[in-house]
Amino acid sequence: MATTLSPVLSAHWDADRSWTLETYEANGGYAGLRRALTMPAADVVTAVKDSGLRGRGGAGFPTGLKWSFLPAPDGGPRYLVVNADESEPGTCKDIPLMMANPQVLVEGVAITSYAIGCHHAFIYIRGEVLHVYRRVLRAVDEAYAKGYLGKNIQGSGYDLDVTVHAGAGAYICGEETALLDSLEGRRGQPRLKPPFPAVAGLYARPTVVNNVESIASVPSIIANGVDWFRSMGTEKSTGFGLFSLSGHVTRPGQYEAPLGITLRELLDMAGGVREGHELKFWTPGGSSTPLFTAEHLDVPLDYESVGAAGSMLGTRALQIFDETTCVVRAITRWAEFYAHESCGKCTPCREGTYWLKQVLARIEHGQGTLEDLDTLLDVCDNILGRAFCALGDGATSTITSGIALFRDEFEAHITGGGCPLDPAASALFEYTPRGRADLHALSGVPAGTVGA
Amino acid sequence: MTTTTPKPATPAATSAPAAGEVTFTIDDVEVSVPKGTLVIRAAENLGIQIPRFCDHPLLQPAGACRQCLVEVSTPDREGNLRAMPKPQASCTLEATPGMVVKTQRTSAVADKAQHGVMELLLINHPLDCPTCDKGGECPLQNQAMSNGYATSRFHDVKRTFPKPLAISTEILLDRERCVLCQRCTRFSDEIAGDPFIDLQQRGVRQQIGVFDPAVLGFAGSDRAETYRGVQPDGTPLPVAVGQPEVDPRGPVGMATLDTSGRAFASYFSGNTIQICPVGALTNAAYRFRARPFDLISTPGVAEHDSNGAAIRVDHRRGVVLRRLAGEDAAVNEEWISDKDRFAFTWQGMPDRLTVPLVRDRAEDGTPGELRTASWAEALEVAAEGLAAARAAGGVGVLPGGRLPLEDAYAYAKFARVVLGTNDVDHRARPHSAEEEAFLAHHVAGSRMSVTFADLESAPVTLLVAFEPEDEGGIAFLRLRKGVQKNRNRVFSVAPFASRALDRLDARLLAAAPGTEPEVLDALGTPRADGVLAEAGQALDASAIILVGERLATIPGGLSAALRLAERTGARLAWIPRRAGERAGVEMGTLPGLLPGGRPVTDAQARVDVAAAWDVERLPAEPGRSAGEILAAAAEGELGGLVVGGVDPVDLPDPALARAALERVGFVVSLEVRASAVTALADVVLPVAPPVEKAGTFLNWEGRPRPFPQALTSTAMADHRVLDALADAMGTMLGLRTVAQAHAEIDAIGAWDGARVPAPAVAAAQPPTLGEGQAVLATWHQLLDAGRCQDGEAFLAGTAQRPVARLSPATGAAIGVATGDAVTVRTGAGRIVLPALLTPMPDGVVWVPVHSTGSSVRPTLRVDAGAVVDVAAAALPAADVEAAAPTGRRAHAATTDATTTDGEVL
Repeated sequence: MATTLSPVLSAHWDADRSWTLETYEANGGYAGLRRALTMPAADVVTAVKDSGLRGRGGAGFPTGLKWSFLPAPDGGPRYLVVNADESEPGTCKDIPLMMANPQVLVEGVAITSYAIGCHHAFIYIRGEVLHVYRRVLRAVDEAYAKGYLGKNIQGSGYDLDVTVHAGAGAYICGEETALLDSLEGRRGQPRLKPPFPAVAGLYARPTVVNNVESIASVPSIIANGVDWFRSMGTEKSTGFGLFSLSGHVTRPGQYEAPLGITLRELLDMAGGVREGHELKFWTPGGSSTPLFTAEHLDVPLDYESVGAAGSMLGTRALQIFDETTCVVRAITRWAEFYAHESCGKCTPCREGTYWLKQVLARIEHGQGTLEDLDTLLDVCDNILGRAFCALGDGATSTITSGIALFRDEFEAHITGGGCPLDPAASALFEYTPRGRADLHALSGVPAGTVGA
Repeated sequence: MTTTTPKPATPAATSAPAAGEVTFTIDDVEVSVPKGTLVIRAAENLGIQIPRFCDHPLLQPAGACRQCLVEVSTPDREGNLRAMPKPQASCTLEATPGMVVKTQRTSAVADKAQHGVMELLLINHPLDCPTCDKGGECPLQNQAMSNGYATSRFHDVKRTFPKPLAISTEILLDRERCVLCQRCTRFSDEIAGDPFIDLQQRGVRQQIGVFDPAVLGFAGSDRAETYRGVQPDGTPLPVAVGQPEVDPRGPVGMATLDTSGRAFASYFSGNTIQICPVGALTNAAYRFRARPFDLISTPGVAEHDSNGAAIRVDHRRGVVLRRLAGEDAAVNEEWISDKDRFAFTWQGMPDRLTVPLVRDRAEDGTPGELRTASWAEALEVAAEGLAAARAAGGVGVLPGGRLPLEDAYAYAKFARVVLGTNDVDHRARPHSAEEEAFLAHHVAGSRMSVTFADLESAPVTLLVAFEPEDEGGIAFLRLRKGVQKNRNRVFSVAPFASRALDRLDARLLAAAPGTEPEVLDALGTPRADGVLAEAGQALDASAIILVGERLATIPGGLSAALRLAERTGARLAWIPRRAGERAGVEMGTLPGLLPGGRPVTDAQARVDVAAAWDVERLPAEPGRSAGEILAAAAEGELGGLVVGGVDPVDLPDPALARAALERVGFVVSLEVRASAVTALADVVLPVAPPVEKAGTFLNWEGRPRPFPQALTSTAMADHRVLDALADAMGTMLGLRTVAQAHAEIDAIGAWDGARVPAPAVAAAQPPTLGEGQAVLATWHQLLDAGRCQDGEAFLAGTAQRPVARLSPATGAAIGVATGDAVTVRTGAGRIVLPALLTPMPDGVVWVPVHSTGSSVRPTLRVDAGAVVDVAAAALPAADVEAAAPTGRRAHAATTDATTTDGEVL
């Protein structure tokens, strides 16, 4: 039986002015908060624990369990920080969600804060998406005005303030401890753990850091019950999630479905791969997850199955590439992204991504050697698991998996003196590739300039 | 302590570790360490070297370089050993019970990980080892050999930066060599509290830098001047040579001024060079001057302050090229001040005295010119002159405050035995009879009653007339460590909260000069309120009171400090500035004290010492203090003076000192370099600077700090010269060698008789201030115009610019705002400095004692507590901008922003 979509978060994205509190309330919004405020806080935590909700930011850590790691209250403040710094290439779920339905996030923040005994929550939004930042600011304003935030929420005696903060343009700030440093006004670089944020997070106080989608899933769990949530997904990957299809697909977009759905099913709903073409490779969870191919079309998209198949569910950013795509070119672009976004704190990531980027660029332009492929793999091995945080690991995923799956294509670039594929053919729009010299002219940086 | 035991046959045979101990295994060796020990430290103690860059035992773990990766397994709940999936950084990993660690010696994974990280570190590192200062002593070079591949697979383009970046006039940064271990930034932040450099940018462009708008990319920011290198004599290369004035490629140049108008600098910045594991940080004076393998290293002790910091003197062919911090956990840990590190050129300046000089006198006694003489002749002339002077009113002895204890002892003995006088006083600074009584009562013979370790552990420290950084140097670092680590509290009785006090989170007990006794007496009494009450409650037997030498100038100050210590049970320690002050107190170069803290007035004490010295009797009356000696000499009461390392500018009244030297019949000067005394001396006997003799400084704790002779030299130490002089005068002093001095000092031993009673001097009445008048507050800055910093222009560039501090109300009363010029005037002269309005008591003005353009004693002829006139003045137009708080101009005119009138010696 084919899996069907299960729109919850996205159920009313098509409503008129879906982002307003009015629309949200008209569609049953804030029932979860009202319900939660009648429950003891510990029961809310238990409900989320029992629901099996796992972190939707990529790592898949059980959300309720994370909350329960907070030490017993000591009278001091404790914080909820929502990680809305969605910056990974291909990942586009939190930003559409906040754009179309910011109130579900605000409600989730209120319920979660109530559950963990937090009176000041922060939403850290990627600074580049100004429109989303404004929309969430407005949503928080509306919620304050209607008494869903602020003092004595809905007459419960519970107080909560929410601060919306815009980041300053660093992928690393999606790493939770770097996010906390950034939020505190420091350079965004990952912190040494332990202590973990649950013990000493924001301003050295106990802190829960959760992804937007995780928090936004909480109201429905409280409103509809644990069993409802568990009825979707698989045993260990319960519930629903946003699957973001992009690339060479007929109808790209967000497909909200139970975990465990397969790409084949999703592609059917999305009208298949670009007409006249066939699937070459895809990322199951964004640019830091090892590549899949058509072979993996029937891998259930849940945490365990994707892991068992050699990749990661990640952020369910399904980037679809058809046979016109040069895998070397795609991987080089990703490698350039990681070199640009490496924070610089640790050696493997800072130096390794710089090296990988240069070697890949040479290969892409036909100036590589066969030895370079072994060097790439060995450098990846020297980064993976040696870096300070997961950014370095993510930088290697597509390279190692790409060479494993498409070694022939890499070698063709080297032996053939350039790319055998036509970049214009893979474009979804009219496109004339520019030479590197033109690119430099555009960027204002003289050719030959070194540095990211 | 770490102990190692052979691995027992069965785990069951392991004896239970002591409480707080953790037993685990490194490379199949079982080891027990205190809980919380990092794996890398435990391995070190076993003799297993794990390569590392960011790790430093005195800094917080960073885990940034990833060089120290090891393979780790830990037991799970059932006790089954489970391997961690990734190699772990041993510099951030605390040992846990049952952990099994495999380093590169036993694990291929760890070895590969380390080789991999090393290869990555080297891809962007230049191959300039042959010209790099660090080459030959470089942890990167060494560990690339021990834990790296012989060849590189990196064929691409290396990252480069314009170089060098001048962090300050002294510290230069070659960013392409940097491995971004963050030791320097962590030192600046954690230890010194001067975050004058920090990480900037990200990824491969991440770099260490100053607050440079050009790097940080602010619009409209000026690019600073380029560092062009130096000529052999140390002067900067002229504009015409080398690179253009502004490097077109990027931001290279001087540090930008911060909002207070100061350039980013630190008194401890040199430590960043020493802990840099590559050649990224260098200093201007040493850059490209030597190869480490050509240097001879001799341990030494810093001569600039009373801390007695361990140093290493690196020299080549008889020339000192640099000094590094030595390691002494009990004293300076691994840190020294920039003055200790860079100010060593003074002892090799062209004005060094190498041969004795004698001044011929005409028949009528008119002094002629100095001429060189043989030692035999000079000693004979000196002996005759001193014998005559002894008969004609006596001879006063001013040894100066910088002597090792052997030399101090020789002066003490020479004065009593050869000259038959107690007119000896090493205090070449403002002093008082109250101070001498305090020293005799409380300081002499109480060695090691308060130590550096106590500064770190005492929960409360009260500072009185003691500026911890300017006058304390590394004592400040220990205080700060205690504040950071143990949350100690510091209170300070001072006119304003200096940056040092800010960095100690100190509470200020604001006091105008002269009111310190009043503040001290109020502590712990019911009339105290606010911060006074808080300090009063905090002071108990676990507290420490630190008084500076300046308290001597406040009548009743030391008496009040003693009363406070008595009342609260707190321990009281005296931290003078100069290296020889404590040795002088203990060795008896004070008019009322004999060696071992024996009071001159005590008959038994005199008998003890007379017996040891094999003389019939010692003069029984306490002698004259330094001030009294000079006054008596100026009046013609004294026949002669023996003067050691004394700069008249440091004396309470330099004009009186000059008059005394001119008037007195016969002056013998024992000096390293020609000085103002030389110009007036009858016989000049050259003596050795610390690098050319062995000796023992006694630091403020009373801890002996022995040092060997670093350079081969024919120069003689003061004790040997005095011994020869005594010989020439027919008295056997018996102090030709250090060993002889030690034997005598040991034989005399400490005094166990009655101490001099505590001084009980009443505080002076506060002066009444007229319009435009203020009370003068003043102390020495660590880097100033002192003669021991001569010849080191790069260091001088990092000194704080002299300013006059006033309260906003005082400033408003005379119409002066921050940056405006203010005149401080007495009948003797005036000082003009830019004003810096500072929260402080009204009616007080602070200026530095002896900085360029602000030489208080020769110019104003007064000291702290005196009433001076303050008024608005005009600065030369060019300097106004430089002095303005937001001025972006680099240093063109910093030290010339002042003018000094009045007679200067």
